[in-house]
Amino acid sequence: MEKREMICIVCPVGCHIEVIEDKNDPSGYIVKGNKCKRGKEYGIKEVTNPTRIVTSTVKVNNAHLCRLPVKTNNPIPKEKISECMKEINKVEVNAPVEVGEVIIRNVLGTGVDVVATRDMC
Amino acid sequence: MLQYDIVVIGGGPAGLAAAIAAKKNGVDSVLLIERDRELGGILQQCIHNGFGLHEFGEELTGPEYADRFIKELKELNIEYKLNTMVLDISENRYISAINTEDGFMTIKAKAIVLAMGCRERTRGAIKIPGARPAGIFTAGTAQRYINMEGYMVGKKAVILGSGDIGLIMARRLTLEGAEVKAVVELMPYSSGLTRNIVQCLDDFNIPLLLNHTVIDIEGKDRLKGVTIAKVDENRKPISGTEKYYECDTLLLSVGLIPENELSRSANVKIDPVTGGPIVNESMETSVKGIFACGNVVHVHDLVDYVTAESRRAGYNASKFVKGELYEEKDTIKTNPGEGIRYIVPHMVRVKNVEDSLELFMRVKDVYTNVKMRVKSGENIIKEMKKRHLAPGEMEKVKLNLKKIEGKLDDITVEIVKEGA
Repeated sequence: MEKREMICIVCPVGCHIEVIEDKNDPSGYIVKGNKCKRGKEYGIKEVTNPTRIVTSTVKVNNAHLCRLPVKTNNPIPKEKISECMKEINKVEVNAPVEVGEVIIRNVLGTGVDVVATRDMC
Repeated sequence: MLQYDIVVIGGGPAGLAAAIAAKKNGVDSVLLIERDRELGGILQQCIHNGFGLHEFGEELTGPEYADRFIKELKELNIEYKLNTMVLDISENRYISAINTEDGFMTIKAKAIVLAMGCRERTRGAIKIPGARPAGIFTAGTAQRYINMEGYMVGKKAVILGSGDIGLIMARRLTLEGAEVKAVVELMPYSSGLTRNIVQCLDDFNIPLLLNHTVIDIEGKDRLKGVTIAKVDENRKPISGTEKYYECDTLLLSVGLIPENELSRSANVKIDPVTGGPIVNESMETSVKGIFACGNVVHVHDLVDYVTAESRRAGYNASKFVKGELYEEKDTIKTNPGEGIRYIVPHMVRVKNVEDSLELFMRVKDVYTNVKMRVKSGENIIKEMKKRHLAPGEMEKVKLNLKKIEGKLDDITVEIVKEGA
């Protein structure tokens, strides 16, 4: 990576920023186009370790609905999103389920759990 | 005939917050009516996260956000009826409703809170030409099918409109294995939140085509493809720019319309700009004792703003029931000035404002480095520098009325460009 362009999403301004590798800077990067400090942090995080919360649904039996909404209870590395979806799609649960209940423990060894986001009975 | 002090119509975030606020302010006789089989409204299908940053200081999913309010409602023993359709409301606050348990009901309320939310604009409303095959959905309908009912809507999709639901669905379809070929936006800017453009489109390399629209639909039984063209500054398609996209699904995220059929039946005056009731500082409509809040008044982009507004409506409905609201004296108007599309509330009875007055508004265009100016009559009472304003992001102005010297006159909010 030499240079990457992105839109900062820390606040609604949405600065178009450039993150450039620079060994002379203590952080290893310089960020251009950001109007505040938080933009620099965001830009560096996005090129070094971008993470996302994944939300989806799993099949649920014996309930008034067919799908139970779930989420990762912490962000996971962005490149693991599609693998995480595969794990989520393998799961089938039976009602009743309570909000916060763990559906997949330590998904893909990330230390993050996939949990139910609503009660289902 | 049933009788209640306050009847809330709609069990989404607005209705829940209003009913809770009314009960907490000492009105025990509260009934909430919901037409779906469960409470929570559209939040139940919005399984993505990002709700509640203002309210709870954390990012919740839609169902989690709803869950907190549903549990609070139940803890407060607030009565509610599910699977119940309100058919009519009269000006003197009689409600006709029906369900399969109670049959037809007439309910007399001392105060009513309208919290029916909004509907999606459909293909018919925007008049897309072409064939009429299966495979064309509003984005919210597709969201409900996928996230709640467990039906996948298609394999190759084009999304028309870059509102937040369209963006969220672009990511959702992609995660579920469909290919989203493009999100097409008629305007030169997206009406969605920036973070949704980044996390739902950029993350998955889905192209956003600004200044484009769908001009033809092909397919007999099922959708086969759509033709997309670039539009000029008058938003008319430019000949020669047509491009065909093969797809089996077209999602429409082309705007939301407040659902005011019931409000109209009660002769509530509607603002043609917002599509919702004209309201005062207490969220009371033009009909005495009928209050309104949430997306039925104006379409919000953050549920936290719906919650805040609805608490105010529920609280003031309870004050009305207790005879604590002041009648219409010293009423001033709020006027959208240069660059402002609308302001809610439309009217303010100054005496009823307890601490500060919050004005919600939308701007007409994208502005950078401008000032937002608030005037009372001709006097400037507040000025704020704004680095970025867009029609997709609702603006909030808080006025501390006690700090304003002299008598308050009609309030105007306007955008002032640099150097003016």
